[in-house]
Amino acid sequence: MATFSDLSSRLTDSLKNLRGKGKLSPADVDGTVREIRRALLDADVSLDVVKDFTGRVRERALGDDVSKALNPAQQVVQIVNDELVTILGGEQRRLEFAKKPPTVIMLAGLQGAGKTTLAGKLAKHLAKDKHTPLLVACDLQRPNAVNQLQVVGEKAGVAVFAPEPGNGVGDPVKVAKQSIKYAQDKVYDVVIIDTAGRLGVDAELMKQASDIRKATNPDEVLFVIDAMIGQDAIATAKAFQEGVDFTGVVLSKLDGDARGGAALSVVSSTGRPILFASTGEGLDDFEPFYPDRMASRILDLGDILTLIEQAQEAFDADEATKMAEKFKSDTFTLDDFLGQMQQLKKMGSLKNMMGMLPGAGRMKDQLDNFDEREITRTEAIIQSMTPAERANTKLLNGSRRLRIAKGSGMTVTDVNALVNRFEQAAKMMKTVAKGGVPQVPGMGQMAGLAHGKGRSGGSTKKKGSRSGNPAKRAAENAGLAIPSTGSSGASGAGFGLGAGKPGGPTPEELDALQKFLGKG
Amino acid sequence: MASKWSLGTKLASMFGRPKIDDDTWDDLESTLLSADFGPDVTDQIIALMRERVAKTGVTDSTDVVRLLRELLEERLSKFDTTLNLSERPAVILVVGVNGVGKTTTIGKLAKFISGAGRSVVVGAADTFRAAAVDQLATWAQRAGVEVVRPQSDGQDPASVAFQTVEFAKNHGTDIVIVDTAGRLQTKSGLMDELSKIRRVIEKQVPVSEVLLVLDATTGQNGLAQADAFLEHAGVTGLVLTKLDGSAKGGFVLAVQERTGIPVKLVGTGEGLADLSGFNPVAFAAQLVE
Repeated sequence: MATFSDLSSRLTDSLKNLRGKGKLSPADVDGTVREIRRALLDADVSLDVVKDFTGRVRERALGDDVSKALNPAQQVVQIVNDELVTILGGEQRRLEFAKKPPTVIMLAGLQGAGKTTLAGKLAKHLAKDKHTPLLVACDLQRPNAVNQLQVVGEKAGVAVFAPEPGNGVGDPVKVAKQSIKYAQDKVYDVVIIDTAGRLGVDAELMKQASDIRKATNPDEVLFVIDAMIGQDAIATAKAFQEGVDFTGVVLSKLDGDARGGAALSVVSSTGRPILFASTGEGLDDFEPFYPDRMASRILDLGDILTLIEQAQEAFDADEATKMAEKFKSDTFTLDDFLGQMQQLKKMGSLKNMMGMLPGAGRMKDQLDNFDEREITRTEAIIQSMTPAERANTKLLNGSRRLRIAKGSGMTVTDVNALVNRFEQAAKMMKTVAKGGVPQVPGMGQMAGLAHGKGRSGGSTKKKGSRSGNPAKRAAENAGLAIPSTGSSGASGAGFGLGAGKPGGPTPEELDALQKFLGKG
Repeated sequence: MASKWSLGTKLASMFGRPKIDDDTWDDLESTLLSADFGPDVTDQIIALMRERVAKTGVTDSTDVVRLLRELLEERLSKFDTTLNLSERPAVILVVGVNGVGKTTTIGKLAKFISGAGRSVVVGAADTFRAAAVDQLATWAQRAGVEVVRPQSDGQDPASVAFQTVEFAKNHGTDIVIVDTAGRLQTKSGLMDELSKIRRVIEKQVPVSEVLLVLDATTGQNGLAQADAFLEHAGVTGLVLTKLDGSAKGGFVLAVQERTGIPVKLVGTGEGLADLSGFNPVAFAAQLVE
């Protein structure tokens, strides 16, 4: 069972009582935005950035019409995710190479951000792309940084330019300058300059970095920042932007469990894109930056986002309206029934879907007993019928049923059971649609599910499903609860749950289901 | 250039107002959040501050700053910050994630202890990162202490630690400091390696101190780091490094209170002398200065 993060459950709580509103009210939005704010702060996004960001989200959420496929919480979450991806991926780009080699790439950052390791990774990456990189040791400050770069270069199989021993000896500006000449002479086409770590507040060292930049006129200046950094990210990033005016950002140590809010802080405060993510100590642990992955990492809402995506994909607004009409006019056919089932299947594995829902834990046993192939079998039966039969079940006499059973590889009993279930369902939905209570998915058991149960206790089930009384039938079927898809939210046309069925899910669980699946 | 961020300036501007109103509390929240205290601790502190302000009935801005400083001091100084080095040899194991300043801290600590007249040997058990051994050796040379190096590249760090302790026993050295490779707390294999290093050392002598080095620029992930290292290495003290930058390291308050492990040392630069004992009063004062 997927575990819901704190934010997910808090969002669920804060929006427990919201149902089917045309627009998000300021109160709905405020509640959600408060939780988002906290989540961003927990993820170490800088406070100023959080304020700006939540302000924008609030504005957009109030302006948007409510999507039919989503409930208010989901909708705000989606806006947040959109905004995050937009900011993080705003200016997606690759490394820029000089028209006339060598291309010069300078690395800068705080102590311990991972510059030297990154230099090796970058060199190896470029060498793979048929470049001939040269690593330049301009960290002459930290003990044996030069040595470290040499070892890294050797492992990466690239050349290292290290004329000075380091440990406080030598002038990094001079080394940087010499390296360009050296690269031109020896025909290296990329020069990667590793510099000493420095604090944003250290004026002297920042001046030195700025001098290296002036001396080498790099095509790219990459600011390497630790994904674990806290509120100081913004001050540091701004200091480096003023000091060396970096052109791109590399996020390091992303293999840890820090949520990496710094990414958002740095990009929104400096406007510079993140080019790479560094994800381990091996020289190959290096990848392009993926804004969408980072967005869901910061929010820690992967589960909800997946669900939103699936609900939106599977949801077809027109289809739902048509369905509601059909219920009302008594023209709901087995074809429609099949269509709905297929829509449900589009949402992917039902078990997985259920697993993503809060409160689904108590249904675990039932979930385990549920065989998704039952839906396929039901499909097979319906597909073995002629169009006329699908439109009018009254046509189905004994010989037709036998033919259908043979055609679908099932037994006549199975066919009977399905037809009965369908008739029950159609009748009930009609009542519901006419009664104007579209949010009650009181259709009793889902097609295919009773079927599954019928395997073990066939005759009882069949008897049960013959009952003309929906409530009675529902009571008899303490069976598996399956959530209706987005379509049920809009039209009530799902194969949903009989609310409060004995042994079935509790009303609270139903609420949770509704909230996350329908527009609630 | 980043101006050194100061809670004091912010507080001065907020408490410069004659009356304490909602904005005051909003500002207090902002200032605490900006110092990396984290949302939970921030809420707590604000609730406490509201109580105290109500109880004492203060309205003067300087009084509120004083109340905040007292509150922080109180909470920071609940723990014993002294290093426990009475064992002979006393073994100090230094652990932490990558790039927090473990090796630099060891260099400074070695100098600090040898300056106090004790003999020191450092063990270069970071056999993983390129040139880490040389880096430590350079620090050892600067501090004028002995160093035990691995005999071969990529030697098992536990065996280097064992040899370092052995060296100390044979030479009658007072203090052993063992450097370890940086590791992210999420790498369970590497965390297990740390447990092994500790076990192997304890075959000869008990480990006196396990110091977890935390970078002051770290945000809320510092808590996850402390939890994991406490579980795998039995951390006994924290070292907060890079406090000379613009970061305040407010997250250590949450770390201290949640794990019960005190901050024992503070690093403030790359020089040999840039290490001091943790002083809660000074730390709190710096936060509200």
